[in-house]
Amino acid sequence: MTMLIALFKNRLTAIWAFLVLATLISVESVGFGANSQRLATALITLIAFVKVRFIGLEFMELRHAPLWLRLAFEGWTLVVCVALVVLNYVVASNSAP
Amino acid sequence: MIAVPIKQPAERPAKHIPGEEGIWVLIFGDMVVFAIFFVTFLVYKAGNPAAYEADQALLNPHLGLLNTLLLLTSSLFMAQAVRLARLGAKEAPAMITATIVLGLGFVVVKAFEWGEKIRAGLTLTHSEFFTYYYMFTGIHLMHVLIGLGVLLWLRSSCKPSEQYPVATFEGCGVFWHLVDLLWVVLFALLYLMK
Repeated sequence: MTMLIALFKNRLTAIWAFLVLATLISVESVGFGANSQRLATALITLIAFVKVRFIGLEFMELRHAPLWLRLAFEGWTLVVCVALVVLNYVVASNSAP
Repeated sequence: MIAVPIKQPAERPAKHIPGEEGIWVLIFGDMVVFAIFFVTFLVYKAGNPAAYEADQALLNPHLGLLNTLLLLTSSLFMAQAVRLARLGAKEAPAMITATIVLGLGFVVVKAFEWGEKIRAGLTLTHSEFFTYYYMFTGIHLMHVLIGLGVLLWLRSSCKPSEQYPVATFEGCGVFWHLVDLLWVVLFALLYLMK
């Protein structure tokens, strides 16, 4: 058990704990209620892409990759995140009574 | 068999491409395809938000959450495997085994979830939402199965030693993390976003 703890006592485990916490926050934010639904969806989208960025930079080790590779990944993350936030806003506008 | 292991440094070299350049062509190709999926889904959802929301309410978010936690944890084990392989630690293959077990857990939960939906009459043709649901999660599941195949190959061809094929560990790891990364967005898109 001590050996197992030693194997996992590092930055990667801290990143995993953050990702799990972020997941639980995004699941909880679904229940914000109808009035805050637009905000909740924006928050869920942002949390998802913050998680994506951490998986890329930390687990895929892009933090240590050449700049072009890191920028390609971060560019995808930013563009898709913005596109989804905007489209979710359109969805919310169309569903408003 | 894996190629003859080469001597690797204990530390990660500065400004290093994880795996090989070729794997990144595949990774970015997949990321672009899935980005198109995400945008297409929301464009059609914007046309009929009420119907999509009604169908979304039929999904079981607990199973989606469970699968997210399984994949995030499998990614942790995979990342630890790469770190330990770089250090030449004997525990590296065991980390791959744990990644595979968690990946199989994802497949079992997904099969259970699909079975539950199909028995309830919520099939591919039930609605536009469910067509996308089965298509996206099906293509993603195909990636999970390919990833598991790659990890099984890696596990069966490496024994505890002091010299591992680190680039191969990294390449397999990058693909497995892609599977995790795409699921993170799919989970938010299909189960959580209203």
